[in-house]
Amino acid sequence: MNLSDSKKKLALAGIVCGLVAVCLAIYGNPANMAFCIACFIRDMAGALGMHQAEVVQYARPEIIGLVLGAFIISFATKEYRSTGGSSPMIRFVLGMIIMIGSLVFLGCPLRMVLRMSAGDGNAWVALIGFILGVGTGAFALKKGFSLGRAYVTNKTGGMVLPALMVGVLLLSVFTSLLKSSESGPGSMHAPLILSLIGGLIFGAFAQKSRMCFAGGIRDVILMKNFDLLTVIVGLFAVMLVYNLVSGNFVLGFNTPGVIAHSEHLWNILGMYAVGFAAVLAGGCPLRQLILAGQGSSDSAVTVLGMFVGAALCHNFGLASSGTSLNPETKELVAGAVTTNGKIALVICIVVCFVIAFTNKRKEA
Amino acid sequence: MKIVDARGLSCPEPLMLTAEALKNSDESVKILVTEPHQKMNVEKYAKDHGRKAVSTESGDGFEIVIE
Repeated sequence: MNLSDSKKKLALAGIVCGLVAVCLAIYGNPANMAFCIACFIRDMAGALGMHQAEVVQYARPEIIGLVLGAFIISFATKEYRSTGGSSPMIRFVLGMIIMIGSLVFLGCPLRMVLRMSAGDGNAWVALIGFILGVGTGAFALKKGFSLGRAYVTNKTGGMVLPALMVGVLLLSVFTSLLKSSESGPGSMHAPLILSLIGGLIFGAFAQKSRMCFAGGIRDVILMKNFDLLTVIVGLFAVMLVYNLVSGNFVLGFNTPGVIAHSEHLWNILGMYAVGFAAVLAGGCPLRQLILAGQGSSDSAVTVLGMFVGAALCHNFGLASSGTSLNPETKELVAGAVTTNGKIALVICIVVCFVIAFTNKRKEA
Repeated sequence: MKIVDARGLSCPEPLMLTAEALKNSDESVKILVTEPHQKMNVEKYAKDHGRKAVSTESGDGFEIVIE
């Protein structure tokens, strides 16, 4: 099965993944979050007690399903390869940066597209930053940026993250050790089995289509190749239709309930950092989970960086707040970026530049 | 024959090195990659640029000869 050899198949993969996101939103996931990788890793970090923000703690079966879906399909189609050794600690830092940028903006590139499809103007503003970030990463690649080679490792090496995900799933089903939000976004979720199946399907299709939100724009800039962008357009189209039909489409800024803010500069800079770091790491947060599932220990380390980044965001007040309605006065309370978040984000962007221009490819 | 060793490199480096090797040259090029999707990307790139690509599995990866 090959989903990446024609634009039609790629668009189909995007549509299937969009339908999965729609189903999960209908059955209980926060509507405009549906399948946000950054939000769900943040929730999982909370469930594991890595941070104490009580409203965002839940072991999201979607994340477990994504990794396992990619693992199973890559094993079945002989694409599983246990590899590692390509600057793992730099990738760890890039994972942290991806998460900090995402939580300043309030969403990963996947959620940015979901928010765009729901009419959120802030997400369209952030897209400017994302494209500029991917463009900066692409420029670094043209100048010879590389994190070096990965090497084939023992077959079991690449199975560690999938095994850990199974462990978290077992803990969430058979014990009460994991934290689970009673209110807020963490408390909103589809039934476990549905989320898991959704994750498995999404993971399998993302693996076969090479779906990558940073890669889609990167390939257009570097190669004038629109293949990966086709998947994203397919997903966007499905979500747009769903939002229009279900009445979730609200065009504007400062929309309460969306979990977004309208600090434009910081929306742009947040997604700039995410786009930049994702290109340096070889893929967006979704792609990192998929690559980790198909055996890359380097991507697994990036995923661990994202978990730590999420914990830092909530332990040190880096995450932004979303615009909401005061339940008593019915007044609009504008979402905001914290001072700590702004400082951290500037540091993240500086670190991206240092990484981008100090790691050069050795001649082949 | 020119040989490009792109084994173990992250995307899109194998494709960038392939593009560089094929640029302004009709000479045959052998590309070495690790991942199946990289093999496919290189094959597709060659096809899109009117070149013939033949792939074989070798050791831990793939060899693609572009003529």
